[in-house]
Amino acid sequence: MSSSDQLDTLYRQVIMDHYKNPRNKGELQDGDTLKINMNNPTCGDRIQLQMKVEDGKIAEAKFIGEGCSISLSSASMMTQAIKGLDVDEALQMSDIFSKMMLGEEVDDSKFDLGDIEALQGVSKFPARIKCATLAWKAMEQGLSDGEDEDDDD
Amino acid sequence: MNVEDVRRDFPILHQEVNNHPLVYLDSAATSQTPAQVIDAIDDYYRRYNSNVHRGVHTLGSLATDGYEGARETVKRFLGAKRTEEIVFTRGTTAALNLVASSYGRANLTDADEIVITPMEHHSNIIPWQQAAKATGAQLKYIPLQPDGTMSIEDIRSTVTEKTKIVAVTHVSNVLGTVNPVKEIAELAHENGAVIVVDGAQAVPHMSVDVQEMNVDFYAISGHKMCGPTGIGALYGKKKWLKNMEPVEFGGEMIDFVDLYDSTWKELPWKFEGGTPIISGAIGMAAAIDYLQSIGLEEIEAHEQRLVTYAVSRMNEIEGVNVYGPEKRAGLVTFNCEGVHPHDLATVLDSKGVAVRAGHHCAQPLMKWLDVTATARASFYLYNTEEEVDVFVEALKKAKEYFGDVFI
Repeated sequence: MSSSDQLDTLYRQVIMDHYKNPRNKGELQDGDTLKINMNNPTCGDRIQLQMKVEDGKIAEAKFIGEGCSISLSSASMMTQAIKGLDVDEALQMSDIFSKMMLGEEVDDSKFDLGDIEALQGVSKFPARIKCATLAWKAMEQGLSDGEDEDDDD
Repeated sequence: MNVEDVRRDFPILHQEVNNHPLVYLDSAATSQTPAQVIDAIDDYYRRYNSNVHRGVHTLGSLATDGYEGARETVKRFLGAKRTEEIVFTRGTTAALNLVASSYGRANLTDADEIVITPMEHHSNIIPWQQAAKATGAQLKYIPLQPDGTMSIEDIRSTVTEKTKIVAVTHVSNVLGTVNPVKEIAELAHENGAVIVVDGAQAVPHMSVDVQEMNVDFYAISGHKMCGPTGIGALYGKKKWLKNMEPVEFGGEMIDFVDLYDSTWKELPWKFEGGTPIISGAIGMAAAIDYLQSIGLEEIEAHEQRLVTYAVSRMNEIEGVNVYGPEKRAGLVTFNCEGVHPHDLATVLDSKGVAVRAGHHCAQPLMKWLDVTATARASFYLYNTEEEVDVFVEALKKAKEYFGDVFI
């Protein structure tokens, strides 16, 4: 595989599209939103994910931040994909995404991963996996923080 | 200096990365290791690996000679007056932490000020933040000029009679700025302060003399000067070191140990608790011998040619912004409009070119530059003009690749 083919597996057209035209970029005005700040301390990428959870469902998700094409397109795709999902489903999807990043076979029958599948190529670039998982880590933290409050331990 | 001969000494350079010959432009992060250094470490482990300072058996004596001989080499390399002024540490970070934790906390009060600069590596910021928090001292910054240098006037107005410690990098790992350490030392001393210098980016590339600059402390790392990782050294004037308390306690650093109290060995061993980094020190000394056999002046001149050529070629590319002053050490930090530094580094890597992308452990400086990240190409004695050409062509490719994204 030539080096530009290799690059093309990382920078698929759909990723570039999300990078150029990020979906759900902006701030939720509603005061009752979860806000999670997450950064990648090794490189300086940062993201703030905002989610509105109603009746156990993610009603709204938006993000602001700065970073590379992989981290921002991943945030864009993720916010698109998790909107309307139950909290549990979103966490399951995050699990699937983590596995995808490790290059493992994933069961994609449960969810319509849509554009997210374009990020599969990142698994071949170990140095970039953290870029792709930044938004997902923020989502996981936001949703499990809520759970922690209910726990006694 | 013949660069082709030099390259033959570095086995790692002769390989392909992503089907392209490796072009290693990340020596400011970690330099490559010549066979002479690898052999010295190999020889130690094959022939005389053993613990030091317990010299009854033969191998122990050989190891002690190797380790203490390495100290002598570092002493000569830095131009120190006395061998006991050289303390081996894990690296520059550990050396700076030693000064901040020991000298800093013992000598600072809430009436005092510590003066540093916004161009410091995190390792010369955070130890001082912590010392300030522990003692109530104030942390002050010398402002930077738009080109990333400091004016003597600003240094003079920031360093005052309240200043007890001035901590500054000799060469910025991001901007390549070479700071006037001798002048800063003079101003510090006029005000009764000591000067602590981060020399990690200086000693690999230029001849340094701690007595000539009259600095109080000077910290260096082995792995940035063709030596192994995990070893570095702190130079400190004897008059300070002898009164400083150790920061690590245990074996090797003691004189007498009683049930409730202990006393310390003399300098420099009181600062070297635990079995020291013997192979590291021996490797670092071999690296110094290697650099001196080529000549630091020759190395500096070679890097200057490369960086001047690189900057002039980079300026040909529209949308490439180079940071830092015109007169710079052998590195260039830059951004390429429309291409995030991570993406840039990935594209360059696909062409075999290794550069650093990120904040370079200098987040306050990134803020000052008003960027979240940058890319950096750094040069060393084994790089060539042809490699600069490969880098510049790869840079153009990256721009092309991402160029149409934002149109």
